[in-house]
Amino acid sequence: MPANGAPTKITQGSKTKGGIGESTLRPDGTLKVTGEFAYSSDMWHEDMLWGQILRSTVAHAEIVSIDTSEALAMPGVYAVMTYDDLPTDVKNYGLEIQDTPVLAHGKVRHHGEPVAIVAADHPETARRAAAKIKVEYRELPVITDEASALAPDAILIHENRDDHHIGHVPHPNIVHRQPIIRGNADEAAKKADVVVKGEYTFGMQDQAFLGPESGLAVPDEDGGVHLYIATQWLHSDLRQIAPVLGLPESKVRMTLSGVGGAFGGREDLSMQIHACLLALRTGKPVKIVYNRFESFFGHVHRHPAKLFYEHGATKDGKLTHVKCRIVLDGGAYASASPAVVGNASSLSIGPYVVDDVDIEAIALYTNNPPCGAMRGFGAVQACFAYEAQMDKVARQLGMDPVRFRQLNAMEQGTIMPTGQPVDSPAPVAELLRRVKAMPMPPERQWESSEGADVRQLPGGLSNTTHGEGVVRGVGYAVGIKNVGFSEGFDDYSTAKVRMEVINGEPVATVHTAMAEVGQGGVTVHAQIARTELGVAQVTIHPADTQVGSAGSTSASRQTYVTGGAVKNSCELVREKVLEIGRRKFGSYHPAWATAELLLEGGKVVTDGGEVLADLVDVLDGESVEVEAEWRHRPTEAFDLRTGQGNGHVQYSFAAHRAVVEVDTELGLVKVIELACAQDVGKALNPLSVIGQIQGGTTQGLGVAVMEEIVVDPKTAKVKNPSFTDYLIPTILDTPTIPVDVLELADDHAPYGLRGIGEAPTLSSTPAVLAAIRNATGLELNRTPVRPEHLTGTA
Amino acid sequence: MRVNFTVNGRPQEADDVWEGESLLYVLRERLGLPGSKNACEQGECGSCTVRLDGVPVCSCLVAAGQVEGREVVTVEGLADYAKQRAEHGGCASGACGTSLQDAQQWAAKGQDSQTGEGTELSPIQQAFIDAGAVQCGFCTPGLLVAADEMLERNPNPTDADIREALSGNLCRCTGYEKIMDAVRLAAARQSEGV
Repeated sequence: MPANGAPTKITQGSKTKGGIGESTLRPDGTLKVTGEFAYSSDMWHEDMLWGQILRSTVAHAEIVSIDTSEALAMPGVYAVMTYDDLPTDVKNYGLEIQDTPVLAHGKVRHHGEPVAIVAADHPETARRAAAKIKVEYRELPVITDEASALAPDAILIHENRDDHHIGHVPHPNIVHRQPIIRGNADEAAKKADVVVKGEYTFGMQDQAFLGPESGLAVPDEDGGVHLYIATQWLHSDLRQIAPVLGLPESKVRMTLSGVGGAFGGREDLSMQIHACLLALRTGKPVKIVYNRFESFFGHVHRHPAKLFYEHGATKDGKLTHVKCRIVLDGGAYASASPAVVGNASSLSIGPYVVDDVDIEAIALYTNNPPCGAMRGFGAVQACFAYEAQMDKVARQLGMDPVRFRQLNAMEQGTIMPTGQPVDSPAPVAELLRRVKAMPMPPERQWESSEGADVRQLPGGLSNTTHGEGVVRGVGYAVGIKNVGFSEGFDDYSTAKVRMEVINGEPVATVHTAMAEVGQGGVTVHAQIARTELGVAQVTIHPADTQVGSAGSTSASRQTYVTGGAVKNSCELVREKVLEIGRRKFGSYHPAWATAELLLEGGKVVTDGGEVLADLVDVLDGESVEVEAEWRHRPTEAFDLRTGQGNGHVQYSFAAHRAVVEVDTELGLVKVIELACAQDVGKALNPLSVIGQIQGGTTQGLGVAVMEEIVVDPKTAKVKNPSFTDYLIPTILDTPTIPVDVLELADDHAPYGLRGIGEAPTLSSTPAVLAAIRNATGLELNRTPVRPEHLTGTA
Repeated sequence: MRVNFTVNGRPQEADDVWEGESLLYVLRERLGLPGSKNACEQGECGSCTVRLDGVPVCSCLVAAGQVEGREVVTVEGLADYAKQRAEHGGCASGACGTSLQDAQQWAAKGQDSQTGEGTELSPIQQAFIDAGAVQCGFCTPGLLVAADEMLERNPNPTDADIREALSGNLCRCTGYEKIMDAVRLAAARQSEGV
């Protein structure tokens, strides 16, 4: 058996139909197209109540008083709870730092912070009751940026911090700081013929998953609770929920409901604890479903950032050095900010060879909405800035921007700024070559035999142009993303696999706690089981906490890590099945003892293809079950002063070419095509791989031209919490997305695969920005770009 | 109040409906039909799209009282609705909608399967599965109802037609490419009579 972290090659033939490498269809597809698939907001229970959260109307204030009497007196109201009603001494939660109050205590730190919760027999009754709770606030000045956070008289967002970052941050309003120093950037700068400095702004993006935060908590007879929930990581939720309820983890049973997308926004808790508290208080099942307005307050967002860069290059096009400073706004609570800082700093120079760097990334505590995980996780903001810089340096040198990138592209063997060698394929130059070689969409593509089709033009059906003032631009970008949890985190997953005969057929059952959020993990698990166990029938058990942790569905890690765990458990099951076979039939054929044996097509066969036994006869009433943890190679923390350390598991690369058409008079942008080339190591399910790349590309497009949560800098209040005012790309905004998939195996990973979900979200945004700059000649140092930025009316 | 209307060909009666409740709420919480989705509840995302007397609407924006005596088709009834349409000559001309009279003559069959296996699907539903147009699936019911209605009106849509018809339905997972593929596939299969 392979040791933890050792390379796991394909140990089985791939002759079993529906195995890895095929575009098998989703096992939940039929339920999802018939409306039968049960999402967390679809849960229903006899006698259930509806929960409602009262949220703060101000961003920073002391709570003078809370009066719940009117709400409690309303007919149909079963419970109203505030901080004072919390049952134990554990009143905070958090992914890494437990700084987030379950319900506000004495103070609110951001707009929309939960203050009280209500349970009632109708959602409207619960809403009205919440509105009758009287909260008196004494407002405090708001901290909204680096200057106000670090000002001499700045209020500390969190007093008495005792987390493990407080010892090394320069100010208590800084969550975490990670410098990375390698070589001597000042010295290297002297060799530069060209030095380019830039300052960039990245807006606050929302995950905007369509399935709102929701779930159903059902009290159990033993005093525990069963929570049906949409999340990215059941066991992480469990670890945070149980102590607040005062229950052992064994009495908080969690089952994954249908998850309507996640993209990082379900890494933190939302309504989980609130629903459980109300259920335990009332003794009745309690359902909570956010509406879209509340959803914008109910989860963390992508960190907005200010990024300061200096790049130097020699006149023959080699980078001499990079200095950068990345300031991420973490908002009121830590969430995943420390890890986002680690990513932003370690990936800050992009997929390029630079020996001399001086890097610093920090995350602030402010009174803005809390920010945490979103697809791309710190690497997205950096990529937007370093790719803008690469274009600027190329222009100063008079070089083609793709050529300049290729000259500096990292490859296998390159040393990262952290000192970590890149020890698997890193085809950065090749991805750029491929994306550039794709055919271009035709010029004046809006023209048809009946004249201009306005649907193909900037402004669309608003009929604002028939081609007048429309200029095309083309831009390129490439990015690097880490895969898996980094910096020494014990990033394991668990899989339970059983094999037995049901109705005369060998069947494998795969049970993990992996959150299927739409990515297709369930599809891939069944493929892995077919490949490894040679059976046609695979049952995917619902994800719950009755099996060990699968880790988070984030960081592009689930196919790698839980896929690896399923593969590993299948291998262990296979060994046991073969042992049974040897015991029963070993004496009948010498090959049982001497040959390499495989499971294929429901049979035990030799590697020469000779059939030794049917699995049905081998198992014959016995079942074989294994539950085992699996780990990838361990990583190390980054040194807190130098940033050195083998912090990452694997890297993932994608490149984009954007073609845009801009109505330069009105500042309207139409993205015509967003071509992508990505190395996926091994496409376990090519259809799903392309779907991930196209989806990630589109989220990058969104933050390039439309998506931004606007926070009023005077009040720290969110101005656009709705799909009317926070725009995500529609099918009209989204272009064709041709994808060129490269498969260069990573020998360290199961099947050689590479985590793929995030990389396309990185390079998509800067490619679109580069194309708009190419069309307009404008500097454009912020994203998203809005019409006023293109027309000089901002 | 009490609301009487027809859902997927079956008469339904909802009691104790509060006047502020939407059609979406009544379908999901009172009639046990949660297929229509609650992504924004403000008419921006299309995930709750149903046919109301044949016309696609956001059911979150329809007050429950407004559907009194009317015909509603949800994603749960889409397969039978499409089958019924095909049996009645379909809409090959591209000129027709579904007449109220036609709509009243059919009833959706129940589905008890836990896995969905063996379920009869409409062409657009099958195409969404085959083309990889479903990821998290939360937008899927609304898109299916909207796409089915478009193909009823326009069996041979151009890409621009598809994009225009589906522009009221947000999807956050797919980047829409596989959804385009699915609609093209359904149209092609429909024209080939597959």
